[in-house]
Amino acid sequence: MPAASIDWFPLWLSLRVASIATVFIVTLGTFVSYLLSHKNFRGKEALDSLITLPLVLPPTVLGYYLLVLLGRSSWFGHLYEEVFGEPLVFTWQAAVLAAIFHSAPIYIKGARTVLEGVDYRFEWVAHSLGASEWRTFLRITLPLAWRGLSSLASLCFARSLGDFGITMMVAGNIPGQTQTLSVAIFDAVESGNGKAARMLVLVISVTALILLWTAARISRPTVRASHTE
Amino acid sequence: MSPPVKIDARLIKRLPAIGDSEAFELNVHLKSDAGVTVLWGASGAGKTLALNCLGGFSKPDEGRILVNDELYFDAATRVNLPPQARRCGYMFQDHALFPHMTVRENLKFAAASARHSSKLNKHRRMIELLEAFELGDLAGRKPAQLSGGQKQRAALARMLVSDPRVLLLDEPTRGLDARLKQAFYQVLHTTRGRSQAPIVLVTHDLEECMRLGESVCLMEDGRFVQSGSREQVFARPASAEVASALGVYNLLPAKIAALDPSRDTCSLDVAGSQVQGRYLKGRLIGDQGFLCVRQTESRLLPNIGRREPNQIVLRVIGVLPSAQGTKVLLEHGAAATVSEAEYVHLRGEETVKLDVPASAVYFLAK
Repeated sequence: MPAASIDWFPLWLSLRVASIATVFIVTLGTFVSYLLSHKNFRGKEALDSLITLPLVLPPTVLGYYLLVLLGRSSWFGHLYEEVFGEPLVFTWQAAVLAAIFHSAPIYIKGARTVLEGVDYRFEWVAHSLGASEWRTFLRITLPLAWRGLSSLASLCFARSLGDFGITMMVAGNIPGQTQTLSVAIFDAVESGNGKAARMLVLVISVTALILLWTAARISRPTVRASHTE
Repeated sequence: MSPPVKIDARLIKRLPAIGDSEAFELNVHLKSDAGVTVLWGASGAGKTLALNCLGGFSKPDEGRILVNDELYFDAATRVNLPPQARRCGYMFQDHALFPHMTVRENLKFAAASARHSSKLNKHRRMIELLEAFELGDLAGRKPAQLSGGQKQRAALARMLVSDPRVLLLDEPTRGLDARLKQAFYQVLHTTRGRSQAPIVLVTHDLEECMRLGESVCLMEDGRFVQSGSREQVFARPASAEVASALGVYNLLPAKIAALDPSRDTCSLDVAGSQVQGRYLKGRLIGDQGFLCVRQTESRLLPNIGRREPNQIVLRVIGVLPSAQGTKVLLEHGAAATVSEAEYVHLRGEETVKLDVPASAVYFLAK
């Protein structure tokens, strides 16, 4: 079978879904992990547990929750349909939400640790010099946490590429529309298309490996820095 | 007219027992109109906690903080300025220069963060400080490329850019060698030339306390055991505990044998010897306590010839080499450091005479 017969749409869709999901996770997740690492508020550990929950629940359970939350009969689903003129479930946008739920816990848990690891004295000094909390975060905390956060972001991207369970539940398996890479592999195996399955498995494995390697490279401080700092 | 009080801070902060650490209470009243106030004490005495309360990084449970007549904190009226609004320059022992910025960027950050002065003024001040602290050629370097002394200067300059109202220094010379310590005292001198702000300095180094502290607060277990001017505190430690914590005195068990107010004299019975000193106000004959003499104010002599007045015969327990000479350890926990030339006469002696001038005699009740 010629290579041209392999449908590459799932790969592009997966890359698009993972990119958008990662942008959302990094933006919102950094904010949430800053709250968790720097603020004391009632219910902090409860929030942390809630965020960790997707890591331990079966994907089908998460998919079910999302269907209930985003379905056409829910207020959110209704609102979405009012605004965009079409339901959210079984679209590629739903696959983005699935990826967010799949990967955000890893990012937020990790980012909390990374932000807690930034030496508080730098932040104290910045405050004592008169810098606001926002300015301190942007100019001191974030640059010092940059390595750890970028490494987590690439980990997050790699994980978003690979979601299967939640995506199946909320985005379905519509070829050319919502069929992501992992779903396409399942489909190819089911329909006995061994060549396509092998090809896609190879592509996702290599991509994931490259991303993990990048994450490891980013998080490792340079030799010079580790000697002098 | 008395000088205005620059810092008046009443701080009470309770820390509950967690795990292995016991519950702790900080309860101090820091009053200072001097340039440099030193908080001195062993680690765990609460010095840094007190400093953090002043800087706004730890909230006292009770109390009030006034700096130059500005209210920073008042538990009763629930005033609690955030650290950003207090304008306290805070310096850590390792200087905490932002590692991802060059020296100039560190100072620029401070200038841009300061809220009270015009852009032009801040820029001018930054340029001035880079010059004053000899950082002109180093301005483009990152902290990792600076030596210890250069880091000190950069950290102090950065602190001054924002024109702070008070400077808080947390063990700024801890872990530095003697040369760098001297360098730090020099830059602190420059700092004082450029800022009127009162300085609160935390240290456990007695030398530093002596050298820098115009006003000294000795801390133990969350409290001030003694505070006052440096001269007062060191000439007259408030209790035997304070004297022994300072570690520069010999404390010998003593009993008041005679008191003569008309001739302004007293006589103490110290380890079987008589010691004369000035009259002790408010004491009675028979009172027990300690003779407290600064180690540098007494002399050690071989126990030969006639015993003069104010010479106490003590047994030698041991001898230790020290940086200043030879340290002779005596009974009752006393000690004296003598030069090599003096030690020649004392070598091998079982007993020695400790010569205490009458002017140095200071009695501490038990």
